[in-house]
Amino acid sequence: MKFLHLLWANLQRKRLRTWLTLASIVVAFLLFGILQTMRAALTGGADLAGVDRLVTIHKVSLIQSLPQSYLNRVRGVEGVRVAMSHDWFGGVYQEDRNQVVAMTADPNLFFEVYPEYPLPEEQRAAWRADRTGAIVGKIIAERFGWKLGDTIPLRSNIYTKADGGNVWDLKIVGIFDATNGDNNSVYFQYDYLNESRAFGRDQIGWIVMRINDTNRSAEIARTVDALFANSSTETKTSTEKAFVQGFANQMGNIGAIVTAVASAVFFTMLLVIANTMGQSVRERTNELAVMKTLGFSSFQVTAMVLAEALLITLLGAVIGLAIAALAATGLAKAMQQFFPTLGMPSDTYVIGALVAVGLGTLAGALPCAQAWQLKIVDALRKA
Amino acid sequence: MAEESLVRIRGLAKDYKRGAETVHVLHALDLDIPKGDFLALMGPSGSGKSTLLNLIGGLDRPTSGTLEIAGQRTDTLSDAQLGRWRANHVGFVFQMYNLLPVLSAQRNVELPLLLTKLSAAERRKRAGAALSLVGLAERAGHKPRELSGGQEQRVGIARAIVSDPTILLCDEPTGDLDRKSGDEILDLLQALNQQQGKTIIMVTHDPHAAARAKRTLHLEKGQLIREAA
Ligand SMILES: Nc1ncnc2c1ncn2[C@@H]1O[C@H](COP(=O)(O)OP(=O)(O)OP(=O)(O)O)[C@@H](O)[C@H]1O
Ligand SMILES: [Mg+2]
Repeated sequence: MKFLHLLWANLQRKRLRTWLTLASIVVAFLLFGILQTMRAALTGGADLAGVDRLVTIHKVSLIQSLPQSYLNRVRGVEGVRVAMSHDWFGGVYQEDRNQVVAMTADPNLFFEVYPEYPLPEEQRAAWRADRTGAIVGKIIAERFGWKLGDTIPLRSNIYTKADGGNVWDLKIVGIFDATNGDNNSVYFQYDYLNESRAFGRDQIGWIVMRINDTNRSAEIARTVDALFANSSTETKTSTEKAFVQGFANQMGNIGAIVTAVASAVFFTMLLVIANTMGQSVRERTNELAVMKTLGFSSFQVTAMVLAEALLITLLGAVIGLAIAALAATGLAKAMQQFFPTLGMPSDTYVIGALVAVGLGTLAGALPCAQAWQLKIVDALRKA
Repeated sequence: MAEESLVRIRGLAKDYKRGAETVHVLHALDLDIPKGDFLALMGPSGSGKSTLLNLIGGLDRPTSGTLEIAGQRTDTLSDAQLGRWRANHVGFVFQMYNLLPVLSAQRNVELPLLLTKLSAAERRKRAGAALSLVGLAERAGHKPRELSGGQEQRVGIARAIVSDPTILLCDEPTGDLDRKSGDEILDLLQALNQQQGKTIIMVTHDPHAAARAKRTLHLEKGQLIREAA
C-alpha cells in the first residue's frame, strides 16, 4: 500500500501517453462489453429455454408450416405430456416501427406447456372463454399503455383475412410477468386466426411439447420425426434450447465472431501496453537502478513495474466495462422489442477481469525481465 | 588512527572484461577508513575511483580481496543480502543527483524509508527533518525539475542521510554544480561530518573540494597513493 503513490506518480510521468494508453484499453473493454451484450442478446434466450420441452418444426425451415393433423399424432407419442402449436403472426401495432412478437397458442394447454408464465386463474379462465382474447407480457403492456379489457387492433405482416383486411382485434384478458423474461410477447387463440385467415388454413407453424423425462428427449425427438419420415412434410425435432440456439445461429456463429473480434482487439492492446511499458522502463533505467541502489530488491522493483501494467489495464477494464454496462442498459431500453433479455451478461466482468490481468501480466513480462536483470553499476554508468 | 577501522579493505582487485581483453582497474588495494573520517578520493579519469566507491558501497563485487565494513564482510554477501545491507548502512550521493523526477522532494527523501517498518507519519517526520537539515524544508512539495541543481543535490543528500547510514558515499557530488552551489554542498557535507560524526568518502576532481576533507588519497594505476602531507 505504501508503494501506491509511487505507482501513481509513475503513471503520470508521461501523462499524455498514459491517457492515450488508458483510452485505448477503455475502448477495447467497451467494445468487448458491447460484443458480449450482443452475443447474449442473440443467444441468451437459449439459457432460459425449458429443458423438458421439445420443438418440432418443418424439416426445411421454421418458416414452412405443418399440417394441423400432426399435432394429434405427436400427442400420441409415448412420453409426450402435452403438445401445443404456435403460429408466427408477425404483428404490427399502429405504426410499422411498432413490431410486436405475437403468436397463436391454445389457452387450454398454454400454462401446462409453459409453467413459467404465472397468471391468476380468473385471467386464464377469461382467455379460455374469449375467442379473441390475448394475454400479453408486462413490458409490452407498459410500452403501449395496454390495460386489461382493452381491445387492440393488431396488424399482421404475414396473413390477410378472407375479407381482405389484415387487422385482428385482440382483447387483452391477461397480463403476465414471465420468470423467463419473455415479457414482450402477445399470445392469442389459434382458432381466431385460423378461421379468418385467407391462406394457411388448418396449418400450424410449429409444435412445442413438454415431455415427462428429460433424459429421453433425444429418443422422443427421433420417434416424432420418424412419424413423418418419408411424407411430403418431414419434421425436425430438437430441444427448445437447441431450437433457440439454432435460431441464433441463423445469424452466423455469433460466439465465434465475438471471440475472434475480441481476441484481435485484445492482441492489439497487448502490443500497445507492452510497448508503453517497455518505453517507460527503458526511459527510467537510471531510476530503477537508483531504487536498487537504495536497497529495493529486484523483486520489489519488478513488482512495481508489473503493478503499473496491471493498474493501467485494470483501470481501463473497469472504466470500459462500466461504460459498456451503461450502454447496454440504454441499448436494452431501445431494443426491448427485439431482445427482451438484453443486458451485459455478468460473466463479462469475470472474463474482463481475467483478460485485464492476463494482458497486464503479458504486457509487463518483458519490461519486468528488464527491470529484474538490471545491473546497478551498468545502468548508472550509462546514465 | 590506531583504533578499529570502520572500513577495512585488503588485497582488493577488480577486473572488467571488455570483449576478449581483461582490464585490471584495481589491484592489491589496501585501505582503512576510521569512523568519523572525511576522505577525498582523487585521480585521473578512468583510474577507478567510482569503481572503488561502488565496491565499498556494495553495488558491485570485487574480483578478489576482502571488504569489511563496520565489522561485517560485505564481499561474501548475496545480492539480496547486499541490498538489505546497503539500505541499512550506506547513503549514496551522485553527481547527477538521481532523484526520481515524478516524486516531490519530500517523497524522494522518504523513498529509502519505504523499506523500513516505519509508519507513514514517522516517515514523513523523518524526511521532513532531513530536508530541514539540508535547508530545504520549504521546498518539500517541489518536483526535482522545479529545483536548482544545488537544491537537487541537497535533496539527494537528505535522501542519503534519512535512514542514518553508517557511511556516506559521494561520487563527484559537486561535479555538475557551479562554485557557489558546490560550496554550499561542501559546507553541508563538512557539517554532517563534524557535527553529526558521519563518515564520508567523496570522489572528486576538484582540489578545492578535496581541501574540505580531512584527508585526500590519490588513485593511480589501480593503486592508492597517499597525499603528501
Ligand atoms: N562495467 C564496466 N565494464 C567495463 N569496464 C568498466 C566498467 N566499469 C568501469 N570500467 C572501466 O574501469 C575503469 C575505471 O572506471 P571508473 O568509472 O571507476 O573510473 P573513474 O575513476 O570513476 O573515472 P571518472 O573520473 O571519469 O568518473 C575505466 O577504464 C572504465 O572504462
Ligand atoms: Mg567516476
